[in-house]
Amino acid sequence: MDNIAIVGAAQTTYERRKKDKTCYDLVFEMTKQVLEDSGLTLKDIDNVITVSNDFLDGRTISSMAVGEAAGAHDKNVSTVEGDGTFGALYGAMRVLGGFNTTLVVAHSKGSEGDVKHITNAMFDPIFQRFLGLEAITASALQASVYMDRYGIREESFAQVSVKNHGNAKNNPYAHLPMDLTIEDVMGSRKIADPLKLLDCSPVSDGAAAIIIANESYTSKAKTKPVWIKGLAHCAEAYFLGDRDLADPRSLRDAAEKAYAMAEITDPMKAFDVVELYDAFSYMEPLWLEGLGFCSPGEGCKLLDDGITTMSGTLPVNPSGGVLSAHALLVAGLARIIEAVLQLRGEAENRQVPGAKTALAHGINGPCGQSHCVWVLSSEK
Amino acid sequence: MTVNLDQVEPLTLKGQIAVPYTWWVGEVGSKFLIALRDEAKIIGNRCTKCNTTYVPPRKNCGSCFTDIYEFVELGNEGIVSAHTVVRFKYPLQPVESPFAYALIRLDGADVGLVHIIKRDLDRLKNGVRVKAQFKDPSERTGHILDIDSFQII
Ligand SMILES: [Zn+2]
Repeated sequence: MDNIAIVGAAQTTYERRKKDKTCYDLVFEMTKQVLEDSGLTLKDIDNVITVSNDFLDGRTISSMAVGEAAGAHDKNVSTVEGDGTFGALYGAMRVLGGFNTTLVVAHSKGSEGDVKHITNAMFDPIFQRFLGLEAITASALQASVYMDRYGIREESFAQVSVKNHGNAKNNPYAHLPMDLTIEDVMGSRKIADPLKLLDCSPVSDGAAAIIIANESYTSKAKTKPVWIKGLAHCAEAYFLGDRDLADPRSLRDAAEKAYAMAEITDPMKAFDVVELYDAFSYMEPLWLEGLGFCSPGEGCKLLDDGITTMSGTLPVNPSGGVLSAHALLVAGLARIIEAVLQLRGEAENRQVPGAKTALAHGINGPCGQSHCVWVLSSEK
Repeated sequence: MTVNLDQVEPLTLKGQIAVPYTWWVGEVGSKFLIALRDEAKIIGNRCTKCNTTYVPPRKNCGSCFTDIYEFVELGNEGIVSAHTVVRFKYPLQPVESPFAYALIRLDGADVGLVHIIKRDLDRLKNGVRVKAQFKDPSERTGHILDIDSFQII
């Protein structure tokens, strides 16, 4: 793969309701901010990718409404409807395909629609949708299989919530920085067993953008380039019942491909920091297993042993993760941006000292039907 | 001039998108739903290449990328392989919470069917046997909820 790098990054703060911003405003603001961050101008941008979802925005071809806000007037603009990591992956492919630069911008205002209705609509309309299934209950089924398979207790998941909401206190962009105890999580309102309120991410409003450039263009940017060493995605079956929900095989496949590209053989040694898509507390240990940081069923042990805390050898979600801020579609791009800040050494209070190699991860579809894995490095 | 929120009344606009659809359920899906409606039977189908028996049945096997021809009548009973007791309410739920969703491995099937369990939630755990409770024939319309729910045996 040719050398390509992320040369600009911007994100909004994440909050329950951005009542003073339309979707257009958010995209415009992020586009302006990511250009400022990179030191490039709109003239330097060859190609624009927007990330949006029609149901969330309440309009069809929602991408067409934000093109100009993304600086795409008279430019090549196309769209990814899915998590921001997938939008960014498409952006990287555009740069590998000959463009000098790509700007990727994602937005969502979950506060304006009804997220349960929207995630219900991701299920098959004939066999599943009428059952009322949506993202939370589907995920609860996954947690149920995972706990059963390995004899995991709810307290182990609660610990993830405690860690990530605690990490969020160091992240000025997070929606829910909180001092919690395991008892707080265990005693929070039951939503769908085994998931309680504090096992679930919030619905946040927010937006984010990055600029990806080819090697020759990186010197034009004022930022320290963050090199894309490996990236891959993989999907599995649509129907929940067809999948082994405790075995994220599409994540294993995506990770294997991304690691091979980056020449990584031992991920535990290779990575200094991980930002992954923990929409629910149980997802962090399950995804860590899929990413090959431990054997299947050992994910919770990584936190028990302190490895994934800020003072551990592999801090996971120093930002507080998706549990602490979940703007749909944006959240995966936020993982990439957090990794970029870590590798630039600009993560301030949440900085992992000396981080050189980072992993960022996003998901699409119910219970992580597809996964996107990014290997990023401060060194070419 | 910049307009700040303290200088202007923040207006919002309420709206709703309600689009009617008429989905063709496919010939395989039709066979499945008709069997629910007319015979109170659950049918699946089997990919002869990988020997997977699917329910609901489908025209193709995604993992083998081949057509599936062989229909199989499954039992109305099975084992719960995943479950969640739902404690919150929202308008699209078919019954009032608390109720449960479960992945049910029907006798003769190799994949799980998602459905609901309404009663005996205190006895619900993975591994319990459940049986399909069909609606009365007059209430069945060729719909996934022609199976009213599954009941713990
Ligand atoms: Zn097959």
